[in-house]
Amino acid sequence: MSTDSTTTVDRTEAAGPKGRVPAPRRGRGRVPLSEGKRAERKLGWLLCAPAALVMLAVTAYPILYSVWLSLQRFDLKFPDQREFVGLSNYVTVLSNGYWWTAFGVTMLITVVTVAVELVLGMGLAIVMHRTIIGRGLVRTSALIPYGIVTVVAAFSWRYAWTPGTGYLATLFGEGAPLTERASALAIIMLAEIWKTTPFMALLLMAGLALVPEDLLKAASMDGASAWQRFTKVMLPVMKPAILVALLFRTLDAFRVFDNIFVLTAGANQTSSVSMLAYNNLIRGLNLGIGSTMSVLIFIAVAIIAFVFVKLFGTAAPGSTDEGGRR
Amino acid sequence: MADIVLDKVSKSFPDGTVAVRDVDLEIADGEFVILVGPSGCGKSTTLNMIAGLEDITGGELRIAGERVNDKAPRDRDIAMVFQSYALYPNMTVRENMAFPLRLAKLDKETIEQKVSEAAKVLELTALLDRKPANLSGGQRQRVAMGRAIVRSPKAFLMDEPLSNLDAKLRVQMRTVVSRLQKKLGTTTVYVTHDQTEAMTLGDRVVIMRGGAVQQVGPPQELYDNPANLFVAGFIGSPSMNFLHAAVEDGKLRTAVGDVPLGDRIRRELTAEDAPRELILGIRPEHFEDASLIDDETRARGTEFEAPVEIVESMGSDKYVYLTVEGERASAAELEELAADVGTEDLTGSGSSLVTRLSAESTVAEGESRRIWFNLEKIHLFDPSNGRNLTLHEGRAAGALAS
Ligand SMILES: Nc1ncnc2c1ncn2[C@@H]1O[C@H](COP(=O)(O)OP(=O)(O)O)[C@@H](O)[C@H]1O
Ligand SMILES: [Mg+2]
Repeated sequence: MSTDSTTTVDRTEAAGPKGRVPAPRRGRGRVPLSEGKRAERKLGWLLCAPAALVMLAVTAYPILYSVWLSLQRFDLKFPDQREFVGLSNYVTVLSNGYWWTAFGVTMLITVVTVAVELVLGMGLAIVMHRTIIGRGLVRTSALIPYGIVTVVAAFSWRYAWTPGTGYLATLFGEGAPLTERASALAIIMLAEIWKTTPFMALLLMAGLALVPEDLLKAASMDGASAWQRFTKVMLPVMKPAILVALLFRTLDAFRVFDNIFVLTAGANQTSSVSMLAYNNLIRGLNLGIGSTMSVLIFIAVAIIAFVFVKLFGTAAPGSTDEGGRR
Repeated sequence: MADIVLDKVSKSFPDGTVAVRDVDLEIADGEFVILVGPSGCGKSTTLNMIAGLEDITGGELRIAGERVNDKAPRDRDIAMVFQSYALYPNMTVRENMAFPLRLAKLDKETIEQKVSEAAKVLELTALLDRKPANLSGGQRQRVAMGRAIVRSPKAFLMDEPLSNLDAKLRVQMRTVVSRLQKKLGTTTVYVTHDQTEAMTLGDRVVIMRGGAVQQVGPPQELYDNPANLFVAGFIGSPSMNFLHAAVEDGKLRTAVGDVPLGDRIRRELTAEDAPRELILGIRPEHFEDASLIDDETRARGTEFEAPVEIVESMGSDKYVYLTVEGERASAAELEELAADVGTEDLTGSGSSLVTRLSAESTVAEGESRRIWFNLEKIHLFDPSNGRNLTLHEGRAAGALAS
């Protein structure tokens, strides 16, 4: 927030990073805002105030409540022992091997699935964008996996990999892949990728529509090969759309739950952090530890979002500092 | 630099649209050729086929004597300027202009030198580090030109490069384009739907309609000797007046009085299948206030009287709109032209004549005035096929030629 913001700005600052007013460029001579600009800015804040208030009511309360819980020893099995313990729950969780294993698994799933989905989704998006005949049919069929309820899809994957009866298990020979860590993780990631690649493709297709046909023609005339047109012209123009797609998918992937729940139930160290939090909170009824994990997940997600939003700032063409008017 | 030859080039799209049919065109080395026609007539498609952006479905395209039908755009060594400018938004002006050179794997110094040279020619030096988003329309247009000239390609192709500029800038950029082309002497094919641009820019103009070439020639020649109704109506601003004319006893009966016919035209009209009705075409500048002309001139034309609707004084001369009675001239070509211009400029309607009279004329709105027009300059068209009947060996000879 810029220092010359009016008091109105400060009062509503709790609206979070999304409600940020584009601050004047730093490092240049700062011009005091004119009367009209200031009134306009105030109106802007007033207009988003109702939405901000609703957001606060439905998100801030549970968040703050779980932060409050995370600072207590609070196990529903021993309700008498409830007590304020400060940060000791955080120490317990962060020094626990299970947490870090789950964190590692989550990161692995996030990075691998998002990366693979980006590549596949881009391919799919280009195919969908280029098809002229039966465009509607191609798009609809590509979206089917995304339309299926995750739990249902997860069960069908589980049955497919069940030794003896599943077609995939039969296809890949003996053994029970869902009971071994590496293969189980691979199957979880496969299920995730299968399910959400269409979503990625859809977001990327919106980005493809942003690339003017003339730009690609111009690049052909300038001597670019198909690959050079893709990397040097399409990708830079699509960058904002790619970042949105990556942000959505990364946040989603980091909270992976349903597929793991159905496929392995977290056995053989395949738990994600969400899975672990669920086990502690709902199954273990340990509100203190469970809330601590939830808060940690929230922080991780917030960091991811923050990093992406930072990247966005410079993504839109023409909005960059370099090359601006002098 | 190279010559470009289109030999019966055709294009039909997969959906069955025939956008270009049998276009024959020889563009000499260093020539500046304009493709002009109403929108949808296949200009861009023709240009894209020369560029290699569209496959050629019939005929042959030769650049510098070599058949290039199946060559990719990058192997044709041709540069193109688009109406939308098509600048890469993520690159600075410098990077935009250097892009084709970088792809051609030139070394850094050569690139730097060529870019700054082109920037100097186009007065872009101060803008080299800006992004396209921070440039005005005219500046973007110049960058697009710069990107085309840095490579010294065999030919330039331009697809309505000035259409997105405002009127004043368009006139300014027209001279920039013209000067640049003269200076570089590179073969250029320039597409426009604006007949003023076509008249002022090129060495030769190609007029297209419905995918076919109507006439090819230097601008003045197309203006003076239009081969058909379409060319006559398309070239010129304000455009030619068209009137219905009935052939009766070796004369033409029209809304501006009877028009006598010379032997040659009369002979043509005696044929068995000759049209009984014609379209008379008169350009605005071939009218004059009857009180201002000497007897010698008067003898070359004929006079009529008509109510004056509107007088627009341009200082150097006056545009006078006259109301005339009579049947409207009708032909497919005229309808097409009217549709392209927009209905408000229906000069072919037959009910209103646009004339350009001397500034000395005392003509006033509301009065009825005697107006003279030059019979040696009029054109007669066959409404069924649009052919100009007054053309003789390529030259328009008027109605009286014998
Ligand atoms: N990809 C395409 N598929 C089918 N028809 C097309 C396609 N591109 C252009 N056309 C048709 O071809 C004709 C000529 O188009 P174009 O060359 O763009 O005209 P213009 O003279 O305005 O540049 C038009 O009727 C247009 O509708
Ligand atoms: Mg066009």
